[in-house]
Amino acid sequence: MQKSLLLGVEAIAQGAIDAGMSGVYAYPGTPSTEIAEYIQHSKLANERKIHSEWSANEKTAMETALGMSYAGKRTMVCMKHVGLNVAADCFMNAAITGSNGGMIVTIADDPSMHSSQNEQDSRVYAKFAMIPILEPSNQQEAYDMTRFGFELSEAFGTPVMMRITTRLAHSRAGVTPVTDIVAENEMSLPKDKQQFILLPGIARQRYKLLLSNQEKFEAASAESPYNQYTEGSDKSLGVIACGLGYNYLMENYPNGDCPFPVLKVSQYPLPRKMIQKITSECDKVLVLEEGYPVVEEMLKGYLENEAVIGRLDGTLSRDGELTPDMVAVALGFEVEEGMAIPDLVSARPPALCVGCSHHDVYKALNEVIAEYGEGRVFSDIGCYTLGALPPYRAINACVDMGASITMAKGAADAGLIPSVAMIGDSTFTHSGMTGLLDAVNENSPITVIISDNESISMTGGQKSSAKGKLEDICAGLGVHPDHIHVFTSLPKKHEEVKDIIRKECDYQGVSVIIPRRICVQKNVRDQKIKKALKAKAAAKA
Amino acid sequence: MKTDMVIAGVGGQGILSIAAALGSAALDNNLYMKQAETHGMSQRGGDVQSFMRISDKPIYSDLIPKGGADIILSVEPMEALRYLPYLKKGGYVVANSSPFINITDYPDEAELVKTIEALPNYVLIDADEIAKEVTGSTRAFNFVMLGAASPFIDVPFEYLEEGIRKIFGRKGEDVVKMNIDALHAGRKFSQDNK
Repeated sequence: MQKSLLLGVEAIAQGAIDAGMSGVYAYPGTPSTEIAEYIQHSKLANERKIHSEWSANEKTAMETALGMSYAGKRTMVCMKHVGLNVAADCFMNAAITGSNGGMIVTIADDPSMHSSQNEQDSRVYAKFAMIPILEPSNQQEAYDMTRFGFELSEAFGTPVMMRITTRLAHSRAGVTPVTDIVAENEMSLPKDKQQFILLPGIARQRYKLLLSNQEKFEAASAESPYNQYTEGSDKSLGVIACGLGYNYLMENYPNGDCPFPVLKVSQYPLPRKMIQKITSECDKVLVLEEGYPVVEEMLKGYLENEAVIGRLDGTLSRDGELTPDMVAVALGFEVEEGMAIPDLVSARPPALCVGCSHHDVYKALNEVIAEYGEGRVFSDIGCYTLGALPPYRAINACVDMGASITMAKGAADAGLIPSVAMIGDSTFTHSGMTGLLDAVNENSPITVIISDNESISMTGGQKSSAKGKLEDICAGLGVHPDHIHVFTSLPKKHEEVKDIIRKECDYQGVSVIIPRRICVQKNVRDQKIKKALKAKAAAKA
Repeated sequence: MKTDMVIAGVGGQGILSIAAALGSAALDNNLYMKQAETHGMSQRGGDVQSFMRISDKPIYSDLIPKGGADIILSVEPMEALRYLPYLKKGGYVVANSSPFINITDYPDEAELVKTIEALPNYVLIDADEIAKEVTGSTRAFNFVMLGAASPFIDVPFEYLEEGIRKIFGRKGEDVVKMNIDALHAGRKFSQDNK
């Protein structure tokens, strides 16, 4: 079979299509975005009419996927790690309801925070929910484990987490696909008609079932082809290598001649007997895991067993992603670094694109805010967060999706008037609307700027749920029409825009300002697609 | 047969097409390859890199260890220097001399050239200019760069031509020829100037 060159995320997407999945639900977020995108562009997925439209946020995505599972079909929900915070209500309870059709929750963590505000480890969530985790170590495993995950989910009637991190998500390798593509499930209702009703009386029973399933999950881990014990002659050290940690271990033994016993873990809950074997036969155990010291902490325990080493005792860095060099040092190898970076090399942080509409907004906003005094602009998650960097240094907060509006309200409640929220179009429909309703209900003196570039731009210009709806949503939530301003954002309107912002900052109630102009990157892509379609049509004619 | 290469540049310069041609060439010839790239925030004009690994044996790590890269191929002169800790002793730096200036504290260009010329093994090439000379536009400058790096890549040169044919085939023979011409021009410069 011909190999395909796939990113880790694409391998998961292809794996899901080939495993008979009927729908993927997702909200874009680096490094998870390309899973749903790949399915949107897949020929087979389109022929099969596999659902792949974007959801408004991760919570709606998770709930919709659970609904598809209820109806008996295989489904996947994808998001970045912090998206799981948004979807956590459904996620935790889906562990109690269980699934009907196979359900995989694919979470892409971002250790080292390449494109994120924290590096939380989603394995903690899966442990919290008490469901199995699959953690592939390479692209082929990512592909294979997707099918395996659907089977596991259906065998035990539980959602399964597929946990990946940035390096696997965005690294390409050859993947050999299967030849026997699975047909989609027929629709079928759950056998137990009360399974999904979490009234306390039923929930208690479902929870007991989840508890009793733990043993089965552990037995599955013990038999899993993805958890492997390799014997070693030198028992002064044993290595437990989780997910990508295995690659960095083996990178240091290019001829495959690691002298130590190695337990490769790619399925959780941990395979207890294998863990007992390695800890009992080795003097010390080094735990290599990408993200938090989850396994290490379990083994080390509160009493700090000194035989367990890793991120907690400083053998490896406590934070940031693993690297082959870091693991080499932990194994006692010397790392011969190349030359130092010369002093003249400057940092090159990301910046707003040339011609981006957020420039115009920040120029005007900065001049008006200077009249009131600094420290009153609450921003949000998106390209406009780059307004924190020079030359603008325009914002004072960026915490989570939608927090701009509610933090501005809280600050206004405390007396910081005016308080300004700076949020993007898609972030607003993701999690800003409910906060705006809070502000409307109390007529809080805040000015909300929804800088509308008509796309989800930071992640590559995906379709925004907000498109064409913003002013209606704001009016519908009760913002007075006199205090909703919509205009095309252009440099020549600088003074006019300043007047609007100033007027609304002085207004003692909720106002919404919507500067609108399509993302410059999205515009270029749209024009290219248009041109290609035109050429195609011309060729046909 | 094994080559580890850091491909460097600035978000938006299109370093991934270089990696795509190489990756496709490697895979079609039954070599193993892994290629880690940068997505997300840095793509907005920040520094970006791709770790490209090709071997006839299985590859484990998606990242190249420090001191392990055979080549740093940079489509921008300052970005070449950012990855020096990854360069192996005896490894080559192949850098485009045309700067991409989108920051206010970009170093003095003469100093930059001096720093690169002080490296033990380097090829400094004006890929934009050569692309223009050979193909009439700067569009194919990326493949001038790949050509310039090719003498140090442990993969037969024909494979690279095949890779270009594969990734640009859909766009027509003119585009394929433009990029293959660029590849040859880069290789020639490198062989004359290394």
